[in-house]
Amino acid sequence: MRRRDLIGIALETLRLHRLRTTLTLTAIAIGVTSVLLLTALGEAAKGFVIQEFANLGSNLVIVLPGSTETSGMPTFGGTTRNLTVEDAEAAVRRASAVRRGAPLAVGSATMEFEGRTRDIMVAGTTAELLEVRNLRLALGQFLPVGDPRHGDRVVVVGQTVQRELFEGKNPLGKAVRIGEWRFRVIGVYAPKGRSLGIDWDDAVLVPVATGMRMFNLTSLFRVMLEARDAESVPAAIAQVRQIVRERHDGDEDFTIISQDAMLGTFSTIIDSLTAFLAGIAAVSLAVAGIGIMNVMLVSVSERTREIGLLKALGGRRRQILDLFLVEAVMLSGSGAVAGTLLGVLVIGIAAAIWPEFPLRPGAAWIATVVILSLAAGIGFGLMPARSAARLDVVEALRGKR
Amino acid sequence: MNTAAGAPLPDRGRTATSLPDAPDDVVIQIQGVSRVYRMGESEVRALNDVSLTIRRGDFVAIMGPSGSGKSTMLNVLGCLDTPTTGTYRIDGQAVESLSEDQLAEVRQRKIGFVFQSYHLVGRMTAARNVELPLILAGEDPRTRRDKVRTALEQVGLGERMDHRPDQLSGGERQRVAIARAIVMRPSILLADEPTGNLDTRSGSEIVALLEALHRDGLTLVLVTHDPRVAEHAHRVLAMRDGRIETDTRSQP
Repeated sequence: MRRRDLIGIALETLRLHRLRTTLTLTAIAIGVTSVLLLTALGEAAKGFVIQEFANLGSNLVIVLPGSTETSGMPTFGGTTRNLTVEDAEAAVRRASAVRRGAPLAVGSATMEFEGRTRDIMVAGTTAELLEVRNLRLALGQFLPVGDPRHGDRVVVVGQTVQRELFEGKNPLGKAVRIGEWRFRVIGVYAPKGRSLGIDWDDAVLVPVATGMRMFNLTSLFRVMLEARDAESVPAAIAQVRQIVRERHDGDEDFTIISQDAMLGTFSTIIDSLTAFLAGIAAVSLAVAGIGIMNVMLVSVSERTREIGLLKALGGRRRQILDLFLVEAVMLSGSGAVAGTLLGVLVIGIAAAIWPEFPLRPGAAWIATVVILSLAAGIGFGLMPARSAARLDVVEALRGKR
Repeated sequence: MNTAAGAPLPDRGRTATSLPDAPDDVVIQIQGVSRVYRMGESEVRALNDVSLTIRRGDFVAIMGPSGSGKSTMLNVLGCLDTPTTGTYRIDGQAVESLSEDQLAEVRQRKIGFVFQSYHLVGRMTAARNVELPLILAGEDPRTRRDKVRTALEQVGLGERMDHRPDQLSGGERQRVAIARAIVMRPSILLADEPTGNLDTRSGSEIVALLEALHRDGLTLVLVTHDPRVAEHAHRVLAMRDGRIETDTRSQP
């Protein structure tokens, strides 16, 4: 039998039972669509996180006080030392793989202007943060360049602070009170959004020395370092580790993480989450597969006499098998196509509604899900097709199974 | 085996495989054939040690009450069923040992079937129904069309090719079925009560059509209840309890 004839006969049957065909097809399409939607969501979440990390700056190496090693006993030589501005300076000056860096000391305080108050995050840092964190200025100027041990009473505010506290007016030169301290506003930075759990738009930046004095801090929150390029990140980590360790009398009482490592961790988490979601969606595909099996079983029992006839007319077992398998695969195949189209359409609409979320149908997932549903068609169509092929001619002609 | 072999034909195609007692004008030869069905504990002997020779161009009617084994006989003759014991040669080829697919091939090439209930595929047009054997044989679509047309014209339905079975009368449906049975140009046509579902007029038209096909050289075996149908045959087998009771030849 020719392939064209196989397909032609299968099409005739499918067209005859339009409702049944449509329902089965819909079941598969829903399965395919949900796999595509869930995986697209997963991929988009990953894309979103990657974007957020890129926002953070590039080739970042971050030093945190405290060791990640958990040991029951205090290490030989004593307690955790503070991470200081001098550590940050030394790392930038001495590590050849580090381009620049900025210390970060963090606290929260109440900011007041003309009787209005707002609780905000105060970050003490240096002028280098602008570059390291990819910040952009909206108004005025950034923190002054100079000795980080010397702190002026100047502040650069975020967008939310400008909007809420200054009612969107130009705050440059205005005198404000933060906690017990008086400051002069010298700049406003462009929206940065949230990253690493901190809303940077609802924060203000002050010189690091001022910040540490305000909150009585002895240790920095972070040191943000920027490696020269992506390749020099490992070298930067090694150099900084050695420099800071030397300064801490040989103790590694700090932790160094790289942006890449964090990104990698997040990617792994999101990837497994995506696979998990896809797995759940694939269950609906399996259910749809059972739907195919059901339809094919009905088809075989309805067409028992026809199968008998085809065999009487010289049809081989293999031809009968192929006839029903092709029907099953066409069902699942067209369901997969319909599901893919629907999925791409829904993803397209969602992407148009939320442009900031990088929703895109994944080509690899489309291929996977189409192959999966074709396999379901073959897998679940095989049993009914085989029972058709094995029917006894004489019995089948009489309509008996 | 009697001596009804007649004068041997001029030495045409007598091959090494054909045995002396199977001259090449013998199309069907069964010998000592039994067909036993097992129905739970009991056995049903649908055919009981039957032997029969049918020659090329014969027109044989098989009659008998229901349960006499005539349908089983036709199924065995048509290679739809295989004998439990005994031998069966069709055109000199032994078929009792063939596999299911090999039997299918024999049916495809040598045998046309006509059923009491037509067995047309309802969703397909007359032409498509007739095309089915050609499709199964993997024939080229271009040559198929001509063969289908020829077959339908032969049964007088050249004008109704695109009608579906439910748009045709009973007689017309059986004509479509006959066209389907002859489209592969088989040497044997087996008909199981071909007029059983038809009124007298349509029935005699179908018989006339079968007679015409027989005149064109087809070997015809039909099972019937109707003596008026059987009287057209040149040879009538009366069956009872799985045996051939009488084998009557009428002078053509």
